[in-house]
Amino acid sequence: MTRLQWAAVAAGLALLAAMPWFADKFAVQFASKVLIFALFASSLNLLVGQAGLVSLGHAGFFGVAGYVLALASPEYDAAPLWSTLAMAVGVAALLALAIGALVVRTRGVYFLMATLAFGQMLFHLFHDGDFAGGSDGLQIFARPAGTLFGVALFDLEQYRHFHWVVLAACALVLVFLARLRASPFGRVLDGIRVNEHRMRALGFATVRYKLVAFVLAGALAGLAGYLSACQFGVVNPESLGWHQSGAVLLMVILGGMGSLTGPALGAAVWWGMELFFQGFTRHWQLPMGAVIVAVALFLPDGLAGLWRRVRPPRAVAAEASVREGAA
Amino acid sequence: MDLATFFIQLLNALQYGLLLFLIASGLTLVFGIMGVINLAHGAFTMVGAYLAWSLAELTGSFWAALALGIPLTVLLGAAVEWLFVRRLYARDHLHQVLLTFGLILILEESRSLLFGDDVHAVAVPALLSGSLPLTDTLSYPVYRLALSGACLALALAMAWVIRATRVGMMVRAGASNREMAEALGIPIKWVQLGVFSTGIALAGLAGMMAAPVSSVYPGMGNQVLILCFVVVVIGGIGSVKGAFVAALLIGLVDTFGKVVTLEVAGVKLLPQLAGMSVYLLMAAVLLWRPEGLFGRRP
Repeated sequence: MTRLQWAAVAAGLALLAAMPWFADKFAVQFASKVLIFALFASSLNLLVGQAGLVSLGHAGFFGVAGYVLALASPEYDAAPLWSTLAMAVGVAALLALAIGALVVRTRGVYFLMATLAFGQMLFHLFHDGDFAGGSDGLQIFARPAGTLFGVALFDLEQYRHFHWVVLAACALVLVFLARLRASPFGRVLDGIRVNEHRMRALGFATVRYKLVAFVLAGALAGLAGYLSACQFGVVNPESLGWHQSGAVLLMVILGGMGSLTGPALGAAVWWGMELFFQGFTRHWQLPMGAVIVAVALFLPDGLAGLWRRVRPPRAVAAEASVREGAA
Repeated sequence: MDLATFFIQLLNALQYGLLLFLIASGLTLVFGIMGVINLAHGAFTMVGAYLAWSLAELTGSFWAALALGIPLTVLLGAAVEWLFVRRLYARDHLHQVLLTFGLILILEESRSLLFGDDVHAVAVPALLSGSLPLTDTLSYPVYRLALSGACLALALAMAWVIRATRVGMMVRAGASNREMAEALGIPIKWVQLGVFSTGIALAGLAGMMAAPVSSVYPGMGNQVLILCFVVVVIGGIGSVKGAFVAALLIGLVDTFGKVVTLEVAGVKLLPQLAGMSVYLLMAAVLLWRPEGLFGRRP
């Protein structure tokens, strides 16, 4: 990313951090939701945008982490934050390891279908099984308590505190993903996306790289799922179904999968569109579908590609030559 | 389970599998020949079912509804190909996912605007309304048998068209090498238009024919879509024969998964977790033969 883009991201984060002081409760909670989904979409982008693995079962890890929190919470009392968070992310990562070990061997459309199959398997496990509330799901009556060594750091029951915690998590993950992109590991994933055969010929164990990416993405989706379960206080099978997986994939594609901030932009646009269209029609999915179709037809690089289009062509050409030089 | 119940469940499984084949065959052809992932395929089944219901209400006859509904779905499919899908053949699968997900939203909301959100039942046509006695106490509805017969006839007709006619030759040529087929003078654009609208019409027809059995409800397309993907993957992408075998396999697994009881170490597995069985089957096939039962090795 250029210095200008970093500045824009920093300004955006500062604005979001200041939000609880000037915006009302509804707006802040809406922003928290968007941030959680920005995190979720960014985790998927690690697979889609970077390793070229299009997953249609990513919501499985998101939903399972939420279920872990719900099952670990005492009935009407707050669960401890750190241990349940570690548990939720750990379970999501382990699940991603088990599923990933099987699916990363497949490629292209078959990867998409295989992840879809495992996602639906999880959906039916929670939907048809009776250990987690079946089709109704579970409720979380109290948000986890954020104490560290007996000191209460923040109170998640307050929407402002919750917003800051989500924002901090989101910012940390974005920085982590930015570092990952620039690291040798990220470069290998880029190489696998462009030409896996060549990477293997160069001596990289591509399957292992893809598996690590899959587990990382699953763990980060778990983090998002945990936060989402905190915010809404409810988990249900729909949170891990294919519709959710499709929605988050759409956020990634809408925003533009090449860039770091594209998925976050996609999440904001997705929920913004829903809010906007719901404002004046019960049939809000109709205009939303039309916008999605229009983006598919006319904006091949997503919304982030718009930025590239309006920039002067010289800057684009310079960037392209740099990229070619690096390749 | 006694023999008569087993027999009835077998008939149910066959009927379900054949219907699934009808929908999935369109999906696999469109995928194999045009390389397009059509997430909206199931939504067209829903459109077909609602067309059958509303046209039957309008004309008072299920047969008239079929006669009117089939050309309507063909036209709808052709329009969608012409307006949207045609522009995305050369693009990444991701754009097709985006486009067809948008189409799902549009189709679902249009259905809501035109027909409302209620669940409807469609009357079985009088000609096929009886039921066939199997034993003293059990009988089987004639309509379901006719439905299986119609699906089977359509499957055979499709096999004949693809294998033994000139049109089928063009379709196969397009599936194996699009550029080469085009260079040899096959009007590939028309083949694509034809295949896409035929696929949509098959999905719509399946919805129309299933309407008297399964009732008509919002969101019915989503459920069937995922199952069709499973069929296509198990059978091998682009293979109609594979889709046929896979659809029957899924019909059997799904139907018997719901009526057989299975308990391992005190944990009730079937029928409680029958919903998972189909996906387990798909995962197993993918691991054993990643290209599907009848797919070409990449």
